[in-house]
Amino acid sequence: MAIPISYNVRSIGARWATAVVSVLGIAGTVGVFLAMLAMARGFQATLQASGSPNNVIILRAGADTEMTSAVNHEQVRIINDAPQIARADDGSPLVSPEVVVIGAFPLMTTGTDANVQIRGVYDRVLEVRPNVRIQEGRFFESGLTELIVGKNAVNTYQGFELGSTIEIGGEIWKVVGVFDSDGSAFDSEVWCDANLLNQTFSRPAGIYQSVTARLGSQDDFTALKDTLTSDPRMTVDVTNERAYYAKQSQAVSTLIRRLGFLVAFVMAIGAVFGALNTMYSAVSARAREIATLRALGFGSFSVVASFVLESILIALVGGVLGCLAVIPLNGFTAGTMNWQTFSHLAFAFKVTPSLMIWGLAFSVFMGFIGGLLPALRAARMPVATALREL
Amino acid sequence: MKYLPFILRNLKRKKTRTILTVGSIAVAVFLFGLLIMIETGLNAGVDVAGADRLVVRNRISLIQPLPLSYQERLRQIDHVTEATFASWFGGVYQEERNFFPQFSIDTETYRDVFTEFVIPNEQWQAFSADREGAVVGRSTAEKYEWEIGDRVPIRGTIFQGAWEFNIRAIYEGGTAEADETQFWFHNAYLDERRQWGKGLIGWYTVKIDDPDHAVEVAAAIDERFANSSWETSTETEKDFARGFAQQIGNIRLIVLSIGAVVLFTLLLVTGSAMSTAVRERIPELGVLKTLGFGDGTVLGLVLAESVLIALVGGGLGIGIAKLFALNGDPTNGMLPIFYLGWESMMLAIALSLMVGLLAGAIPALTAKRLKIVDALRRV
Repeated sequence: MAIPISYNVRSIGARWATAVVSVLGIAGTVGVFLAMLAMARGFQATLQASGSPNNVIILRAGADTEMTSAVNHEQVRIINDAPQIARADDGSPLVSPEVVVIGAFPLMTTGTDANVQIRGVYDRVLEVRPNVRIQEGRFFESGLTELIVGKNAVNTYQGFELGSTIEIGGEIWKVVGVFDSDGSAFDSEVWCDANLLNQTFSRPAGIYQSVTARLGSQDDFTALKDTLTSDPRMTVDVTNERAYYAKQSQAVSTLIRRLGFLVAFVMAIGAVFGALNTMYSAVSARAREIATLRALGFGSFSVVASFVLESILIALVGGVLGCLAVIPLNGFTAGTMNWQTFSHLAFAFKVTPSLMIWGLAFSVFMGFIGGLLPALRAARMPVATALREL
Repeated sequence: MKYLPFILRNLKRKKTRTILTVGSIAVAVFLFGLLIMIETGLNAGVDVAGADRLVVRNRISLIQPLPLSYQERLRQIDHVTEATFASWFGGVYQEERNFFPQFSIDTETYRDVFTEFVIPNEQWQAFSADREGAVVGRSTAEKYEWEIGDRVPIRGTIFQGAWEFNIRAIYEGGTAEADETQFWFHNAYLDERRQWGKGLIGWYTVKIDDPDHAVEVAAAIDERFANSSWETSTETEKDFARGFAQQIGNIRLIVLSIGAVVLFTLLLVTGSAMSTAVRERIPELGVLKTLGFGDGTVLGLVLAESVLIALVGGGLGIGIAKLFALNGDPTNGMLPIFYLGWESMMLAIALSLMVGLLAGAIPALTAKRLKIVDALRRV
């Protein structure tokens, strides 16, 4: 026969001070665990949002990122002619050759320079990347030293407010627009005219770092890849854009996640020790009660179940508190270095319901471990001795 | 001291509780050590940066190059004693996840500027004599089991193609915080084989005669090259490294917040264990007072017990952290160094002492204020 839960709830109430210690220990552990996972998830989501399943990115063969790649004008023409590429209403191909460089601009928070990705594009880019839209101002005029900046870049680096001017490579550039790319990595970038950017950075004209092309249909990917890689004039790698960005996020999000698991694991050991302490003192303080229960005919299994349940209940309260504590972190924007591209990237913490379920499961697990040993001790207590102390 | 056996007896009475409390403090202090190591790792460059060295990079950004001809012109600037340069190679050894930084360096001058690295003279000469020679840091050499004389293939990503190097020297950092993961080779070799950008290098490091001149020399350098097609931005090596660390994110804030959560929890765990211990022993404490032990002594006894638990836990935790650090970097080269210094260990011990005192304070005061009559009533 099971011991009613109300017995446990009342017992916790009677010894709330020690229970609070366990609750806070578990809340802290769950909170730190979730915060680290939310950070890893946010970083990953930012890069994943950058890729569209309908797009392919074409880089020089062997180059793992845009930074180390180069595609020339001739090759762009061949890509333009590929039959699998989607076309605009006027029949022109939806292909965006892009120049990617890094400029150093001071961070708003510290004033120290950060590496900001500057992307040289043509106005066709908005059709190739429909998730990018101008939020304020307008698109830059081609041939003019005008910039548009991502909505995170405006808030992260100094001097990019709409309408202000900024000096890059001896030229004065005017910020004419702010764009929003649905929380992707482009939000941390600065965009301008591709030809002018090559000039400013004294790079050879007609050389691009990458070419992004929109497919007529997602199923054409293999066909396009075969067309391009079998052409003797081309030495390129063709990658699905989503896969390309997913790979970029891997190193950093794995590192954050690994550190998160390590820290959470160590903290969990501490929290379980705390829970064990609480439950052991609960068991010894209630020796007579337990003996009485046993004498009344409750089996030893019922006693074990009851104490484990009590410990899980305490842990669950901690878990819920930990979850609640990380909710305000959702959407909190942090910046870090994306080692793959060597540039600074802003991303938002993502606290999702599935993450919270993990947090709660984690707290239940800690409660179970912390309750089991004391519960077994409770069940093994000889009834007669315990009652004699009455 | 004469009370020590008494305190130990008390601790032994509820063995499980003592072990658990010591354990949770050990865990927390271990975590503290871990966080400190991550923080030192990420700030590695800042701590070892030479005060008498300036980094000169292209004003646009670090990835834009500077011409080789600047070396002579930099040397002519007042207070500059030597100028050396390096470029980022960014190659991959076997697999992408095997990361370590590779630089092509100016063999003539590099060692004169970066004097902290320890390299046996005959090894350095062997490196100088071999066009395809390379110098590698001790920890990278150990990780990939390279020995002097080995031929190492590296796939270029920026500079396309297969490159091969002969390991001719292994350097040591000189201090425990130094980065021993780098891989250097001759810039002449890179310049000869590169298909574009010949005569360009990544950045210069200049040595100045006196750190007090740093600001003035930096300004003089930038002014010298202003309005040229290769404008420069010069800062001290420390500021350069700090700027780099800032980009990784506000690590210090994250480390501090986790640390605070951990310490707070710890305080609660120890505090609750101590107050349970005092509550259980109220009659005993009454007996002690009846026998003539003063209020102060009783307070001291409880406090000493709490401090002892905290110190044993703290020592254990930081000891494990030290062992963990000696065992090597768990992040596979993402952190240039993984090291726990004596100062950090002392800080951890000091913190556990503080936790012991704070956690023991309330129970100790309770014990002190206990009236014999009330205490004995419960016998």
